[in-house]
Amino acid sequence: MTVLSRSADHLYWMARQVERAENTARILEVSNRMALLPTGGTQGGASGSEWHAVLQITGGAQGFHDRFSGTTAEAVTRYMTLDPENPSSIYSTVRAARENARAERVALTTEMWEALNSTWLEIDALTPARLASRGHRNFFDWIKERSHLFRGTAIATMLRDERYHFLRLGTFMERADNTARILDVKYHVLLPHGVEVGSAIDYMQWGALLRSVSAYRTYYHAYKEPIAPAHVADMLIFNDAFPRSLHGCVDDVLELLGFIGGPRGAEARRLAGELHARLHYGRTEAVFKQGLHEFLTDFITDNNALSKEIQSAYLVAE
Amino acid sequence: MTIKSTFDEMMGPGGAGEGGYAEGPVRDAYGAVRHWLDAMSQRQVSAKRKEAETLFRRMGITFLVYGTGESTERLIPFDIIPRVITADEWTMIENGCLQRVRAINAFLSDIYHDQEIIAAGRIPSADVYANPRYRPEMIGIDIPGNTYIHITGIDLVRTAEREFYVLEDNLRNPSGVSYMLENREVMMRLFPQLFADNSIAPVTDYPANLLRNLQAVAPPGISRPTVALLTPGIFNSAYFEHVFLADEMGIELVEGQDLFVLDDQVFMRTTHGPVRVDVIYRRIDDNYLDPLAFIPDSLLGVPGLLSAYRAGGVTLANAIGTGVADDKAMYIHVPEMIRFYLGEEPILANVRTHDLRQADECAYVLDHLGELVVKEVGGAGGYGMLVGPAASRDEIECYRARILDDPANFIAQPTLALSTCPTFVDAGIAPRHVDLRPFVLSGTTQTVVPGGLTRVALGEGSLVVNTSQGGGTKDTWVLRDGAGAP
Repeated sequence: MTVLSRSADHLYWMARQVERAENTARILEVSNRMALLPTGGTQGGASGSEWHAVLQITGGAQGFHDRFSGTTAEAVTRYMTLDPENPSSIYSTVRAARENARAERVALTTEMWEALNSTWLEIDALTPARLASRGHRNFFDWIKERSHLFRGTAIATMLRDERYHFLRLGTFMERADNTARILDVKYHVLLPHGVEVGSAIDYMQWGALLRSVSAYRTYYHAYKEPIAPAHVADMLIFNDAFPRSLHGCVDDVLELLGFIGGPRGAEARRLAGELHARLHYGRTEAVFKQGLHEFLTDFITDNNALSKEIQSAYLVAE
Repeated sequence: MTIKSTFDEMMGPGGAGEGGYAEGPVRDAYGAVRHWLDAMSQRQVSAKRKEAETLFRRMGITFLVYGTGESTERLIPFDIIPRVITADEWTMIENGCLQRVRAINAFLSDIYHDQEIIAAGRIPSADVYANPRYRPEMIGIDIPGNTYIHITGIDLVRTAEREFYVLEDNLRNPSGVSYMLENREVMMRLFPQLFADNSIAPVTDYPANLLRNLQAVAPPGISRPTVALLTPGIFNSAYFEHVFLADEMGIELVEGQDLFVLDDQVFMRTTHGPVRVDVIYRRIDDNYLDPLAFIPDSLLGVPGLLSAYRAGGVTLANAIGTGVADDKAMYIHVPEMIRFYLGEEPILANVRTHDLRQADECAYVLDHLGELVVKEVGGAGGYGMLVGPAASRDEIECYRARILDDPANFIAQPTLALSTCPTFVDAGIAPRHVDLRPFVLSGTTQTVVPGGLTRVALGEGSLVVNTSQGGGTKDTWVLRDGAGAP
């Protein structure tokens, strides 16, 4: 069973965009949590580096500084949630996903389409004022729910053919990228002056990060110890039982590329295998020795190279 | 503008009168509808209307309106009061439509082969050869099943109890069938009891019938044909319908960029390389199908498609060149086609049409612009027409100048007293003018889906039902035999 390249392209990117909207909400949530800590940016006592971090890791810094001067919580949140001119805002990402869905109505089940379309209609009707009165956390939760709903309807209603495989492939490619970026927040968020690594603030920042990937409780189940940087990194990078870890995502990517198969995908399978080996056989100590930020930057680069290969092998030429 | 002696489909020849729809006897067909309306409170009505709108919006049933600026996505207004047609009336409509399609198909085959109707002097040769939609490329080409018009939409209006007129035949890419199907879907969801209590002919097998017909016209020797729907893309006004039909039939929805021609065969680009396409249900006009043969800078089509089609490597539905029979000047000749090819008298009448190429007709029309409807010969969608009785003096004078400039580009018809149906408007229930587009499928068999698309002009007194001009739609019921009595 093959599928139109253009069709596979739409599905792959639609899944990526839905996943990205969800993870942008997660990134904003972690920044929000960190900013609320006693020395965070909203308390006036620290640098507000949480909000710089958001712009750094979503790649939106340039576009933001072209239009705004102060990196305030309010400005960054508005820019990353409802700003239609910011291509990586949640609004724009949902719109792009819905445009891809509209072009691909044939491949979507009614439930999937309705889940995505009603999300779009609701977010399109939202204003910054109404979002604020609803509460930012509630909005982030809502975005996550809508993403879960969309994925859930896909899993529960879609035919298990190649379209499904490309859709799922998009989900895991994007999630791997985004988890790496979320983990990298900790690199960009500076500890306030005079606060040491391993202090309570440091600990709470790691905790906020875990919560943002829905892993706070899970962490204790898996590691049965207080939060420690090495364990958090291990969980988000190497723990293949955790569905948002890099290892977990690349497991799925490798499997899906196997299902899709065909001679065209040889190079993509090789690149994925290489990435997988790094996660399957890697160790946290080595990551910290190399530098967590450097490791994550390499991963994001290589994951991106894999995406480019998938694009040229199966999808529409860029 | 009011038109005298309007036939109302619920109340009968007298129209809805002063008492509106609340009092007086209704036609048998509407007994159940009256009963249902009486039983609903104002609150229930507005709740149901709101629910219908939500359903349509959620399903994404929209169409694009072309304007001067950006085109916008809009919902077609849906009226929850159904339009009812009796089994008896339907028999006449069905037979009339089938007869018309048979004759027009025979005509198309004839003018691209032996041209007997011209030789017999029944249709002037200039009307065929000088028509811009006549395609000399099709002369002498045999196509599978000799089927030219696989899908036809025939626009009908009603003026009295047993009086239906054909307004036009849509033989190129008739649209609207998805609204017919979704209207029924929404009505059944909102008012299940109404369907349980009435015997209403189902319409849901339309996509299955269409697919069967499309598969049947594949090039010879192909056992499991691949069928694809070719769309101009997401910016086309009927894109929703293209998606809907491809989805219902389980066929690929392709754009020109997905296809290419090699050795007179057509292939689509897939994740694992080229896959052959045997039948293309194309929703692109002839002119845009193949940049090598028609408009050279069209990005919508597929280079080489005409050559592949002529060589029999792929079947197109509808065939190339059917447009010659659906312009408003050729319409005049359809009754003659029925007599010539079938030896029958037309079951459904044509509207008296003035041919402006003839000097005396043209003079008459120019003298009576205020009473007539004038349309462009090749126009569609209600764009660029003049409804005399509703037009201002300026509009009429403006139009007069256009006619004088190129009379051959226009036809004129009397303003018909289109029937009305009870319709929800802001002030309650009021009569609004309607038309009907039944859909005819041709292939191995010929079928007319029982019902069709009822379009309703929502403005008071308005006669323009086109969805692109703000018209709405209604669910259309064909009652089974004996049903309909209160």
